[in-house]
Amino acid sequence: MEAMKETVEESLREMRETFASGRTRSVKWRKTQLGAIIEMVKDNEDKMCDVLFQDLGKHSTEAFRDELGFVIRSATTALNCLDKWVVPKKTSLPLLFYPAKGKVISEPYGTVLVLSSWNFPISLSLDPLIGAISAGNTVLLKSSELSPNASAFLAKIIPSYLDNKAIKVIEGGPDVATILLKQQWDKIFFTGSPRIGKIILAAAAEHLTPVTLELGGKCPTIVDHHSVSKDMKSVVKRISGGKWGSCSGQACIAVDYILVEQSFASSLVDMLKPVIKTFFGDNPKESGCLSRIVSKKHFERLSRLLNDPGVKASIVYGGSMDEEKLYIEPTILLDPPLHSEIMNEEIFGPILPIITLRDIQESIGFIKSKPKPLAIYAFTNDENLKTRILSETSSGSVTFNDVMIQYMCDALPFGGVGESGIGRYHGKYSFECFSHDKAIMEGSLAMDLEARYPPWNNFKLNFIRLAFREDYFKLVLLMLGLIKK
Amino acid sequence: MNNNNTLCFSEGFCRSRPNVATLANSPFLISGGYSSNTCNPSPLKLACYATLSAVVKKQTPAFDGKEAASLVEDLRSNFNTGRTKSYEWRISQLQNIVRMIDEKERSITEALYQDLSKPELEAFLAEISNTKSSCMLAIKELKNWMASETVKTSVTTFPSSAEIVSEPLGVVLVISAWNFPFLLSIEPVIGAIAAGNAVVLKPSEISPATSSLLAKLFSEYLDETAIRVIEGGVPETTALLDQKWDKIFFTGGARVGRIVMTAAAKNLTPVVLELGGKCPALVDSDVNLQVVARRIIAGKWACNNGQACIGVDYVITTKDFASKLIDALKTELESFFGKIPLESKDLSRIVNSFHFKRLEGMLKENGVANKIVHGGQTIEDKLKISPTILLDVAEESSMMREEIFGPLLPIITVEKIEDGVQVIRSKPKPLAAYLFTDNKELQKQFVQDVAAGGIGINDTVLHVTVKDLPFGGVGESGIGAYHGKFSYDTFSHKKGVLYRSFVADSDIRYPPYTPKKKTVLKALLSSNIFAAILAFFGFSQNS
Repeated sequence: MEAMKETVEESLREMRETFASGRTRSVKWRKTQLGAIIEMVKDNEDKMCDVLFQDLGKHSTEAFRDELGFVIRSATTALNCLDKWVVPKKTSLPLLFYPAKGKVISEPYGTVLVLSSWNFPISLSLDPLIGAISAGNTVLLKSSELSPNASAFLAKIIPSYLDNKAIKVIEGGPDVATILLKQQWDKIFFTGSPRIGKIILAAAAEHLTPVTLELGGKCPTIVDHHSVSKDMKSVVKRISGGKWGSCSGQACIAVDYILVEQSFASSLVDMLKPVIKTFFGDNPKESGCLSRIVSKKHFERLSRLLNDPGVKASIVYGGSMDEEKLYIEPTILLDPPLHSEIMNEEIFGPILPIITLRDIQESIGFIKSKPKPLAIYAFTNDENLKTRILSETSSGSVTFNDVMIQYMCDALPFGGVGESGIGRYHGKYSFECFSHDKAIMEGSLAMDLEARYPPWNNFKLNFIRLAFREDYFKLVLLMLGLIKK
Repeated sequence: MNNNNTLCFSEGFCRSRPNVATLANSPFLISGGYSSNTCNPSPLKLACYATLSAVVKKQTPAFDGKEAASLVEDLRSNFNTGRTKSYEWRISQLQNIVRMIDEKERSITEALYQDLSKPELEAFLAEISNTKSSCMLAIKELKNWMASETVKTSVTTFPSSAEIVSEPLGVVLVISAWNFPFLLSIEPVIGAIAAGNAVVLKPSEISPATSSLLAKLFSEYLDETAIRVIEGGVPETTALLDQKWDKIFFTGGARVGRIVMTAAAKNLTPVVLELGGKCPALVDSDVNLQVVARRIIAGKWACNNGQACIGVDYVITTKDFASKLIDALKTELESFFGKIPLESKDLSRIVNSFHFKRLEGMLKENGVANKIVHGGQTIEDKLKISPTILLDVAEESSMMREEIFGPLLPIITVEKIEDGVQVIRSKPKPLAAYLFTDNKELQKQFVQDVAAGGIGINDTVLHVTVKDLPFGGVGESGIGAYHGKFSYDTFSHKKGVLYRSFVADSDIRYPPYTPKKKTVLKALLSSNIFAAILAFFGFSQNS
């Protein structure tokens, strides 16, 4: 570990030197790097799909959709919009400050640290990198040790495409993270769990480092069957896609549980079952379309959640497991006990609890009683319910009549609130996430107002009163000596 | 949190203090902060104690963790009723703040005089007017700020519409500072209220008169069920920081900033830290000397006698020009504050004897004491230090390593003006950096190369009054920004909302992932990614 510490310190020194040289600030450098990311992903599609399959059993199509395609699009957006993003924002100043000018310029923080996660090891590594580079920072990426093949691949491939004096990758687990967190960074970007998020934030406090925490939470899905009855086919498909179709539920914005009225619950279960069959066939384990659980530890965590007697009794579909293959069948629970662990921690796996309510309006209170989730999904066409969800609950984002695709909408900020995170990114928000907004005021020495300076007297007091009111007419009168008092 | 750390709250703006432990061991520091016991009693002081004790009696004597917990619980349940979210509630509270300022201008000015001998006009200029105009702006703009922002959705999610909705964070804590005790308390509170939060304000115990006045005025003018003042020092602040907040907004020193952020980490609470730093002013030789001297004075001594986080901390200029600048400063200082500045009514005093001694200690250091070229007089029992200019003090002195936060102005000389940029870059990022020059090229270089919270060209401090400019630090000078709409944004969560319809639903996004789907996708990916994702999420190509 001593050697690792030296590596980290050496990398940091080199990145700081590079940043100080000003090279990374040029728009040309940023564009070259963004272009190189696109090229890197395109050149290595097959290999990237391979490592994702090795680490997570992720189907290559799923990998394209959630990771490679997403990264290419994100980098393309940044590349296309960068010229627009870097333009200083002009601001208006009070007339009294004439001829001063005000503007805000986006300045790179410096050397930033990105800690990524194992569930989307390519996109959750490269997407923050795109933001950091767009903003002109030097950046060190620590990929997750739980997806070792993706991590090793990134560590190998990134230096051969990107400026390796400015963009570095370090592999490792908690011990390496600890070494990294002891160093001083100008920004830390973390994707992972609230528990580690707290550790990151506390470590960042030591150096007053600003932090973005992309965490998770139990994302509820409200199904208001009254108003979407004719579209139930789409509803169940979208829910199934958002639970099992993306890394087998191991996603921070995956559907965690469903809220539905009691009377409709069994119909909903009956409608979900055939969708699972269509998606994954009679034997999902062999379908190749369902990702596996990432590690033994997570498998054990999920099986413990499921083996709680009250929870086990609530299984209405699935429930089978294969420890050797780290496989858990798509599983539906109907009304598991609310005090059970599975209803109080983020599930992060292919288990879908359905919680029944007498009236769908109760879903508001239910969601409010829990920590703020990263996303709330609601299938409803009831405008009143939509308004209530928007104004009474709090969450990172809200998506109506679909799941997970808010992630693809880069005009929307992506990030949590409360337990689900701090800060936001995607699109221009990624650029902002890695930039300091520096306020600039350019004055002139040609004009000077006596009233700004001591010694103070009543004339100056009146002058300032009027100035703050922006009452220029009276101000002129005052200066001409036409107002006394 | 360990005890040693919590004791540092009273330290206020002082960035680092060598003998914290020894000072902390003396009991009076623990109980009352530095001001109350270390100042010599004067009629003014006695008057302020009288007002203070009147308020203290009303309050529960010990505000401990239990009290703090029940306070937050009360506010949270009031927040949960949704009342503070309404436009009407927010506007009425903001209007009450304006009314409070209008009706109590005199008491506010008096409290500021008691705490800092702040000249009336300076108080009016820097604190009262500024706060009022912020509040007026919030009232005027609130509807616009609250309106959700419609954004264009890309083809990826077509057909859909999207908007960004601002929602209040919940129950927030504002910890303010003693140097502008009114402004730095009210300005963040305006943002918190405008954004619809419930808020607790903890004013600084080092400016006790303003603190107790705020407690009194808040309960008189504002909705006590959602907006509260908790007075106190270290134990009260510690009790508050142990609670779960939805945002903590802190103004003060970097050291306490670290404590606040560490405490916030336990509950994943986002923080805004408005800290300080050594704000440099780089002065080129091509300038209008009189105007420059006046603007430096305005940003140093006429700004709470140097006790301001954006005040000019030190000046850098060329060797040849330094003596001219010093002469100009001397002339203008005399015209501002008279021949005997210690008697001037237009200069604030040092806040308390702890800070007086700290500044005196700085002045007495080796490599500093013999560098005084102007001023240097002190009157300890009046906590007065005259405007003092020093030339080329030792680089390793505490005056050049710590934020000065007082009326001492070291001038550092460099061979070429461009070298000044390197001097600034060798130090932690300041909250503000100032440059005086007519040289456009140098202006451009300065703006680009100097990392700072904000930059003022040819002026000092003024950029802070511009509501369209974000005010906040970077690195050692802070995290986050506020003022104007930025205040509203800092106390809001920007919730992304996506509306989808059921019109188009492509099977290509769902398993089973057939070879055909993959081929279509791959082909699309290599040619046009937008089309590919369009196919995914919207209109399929018959897959």
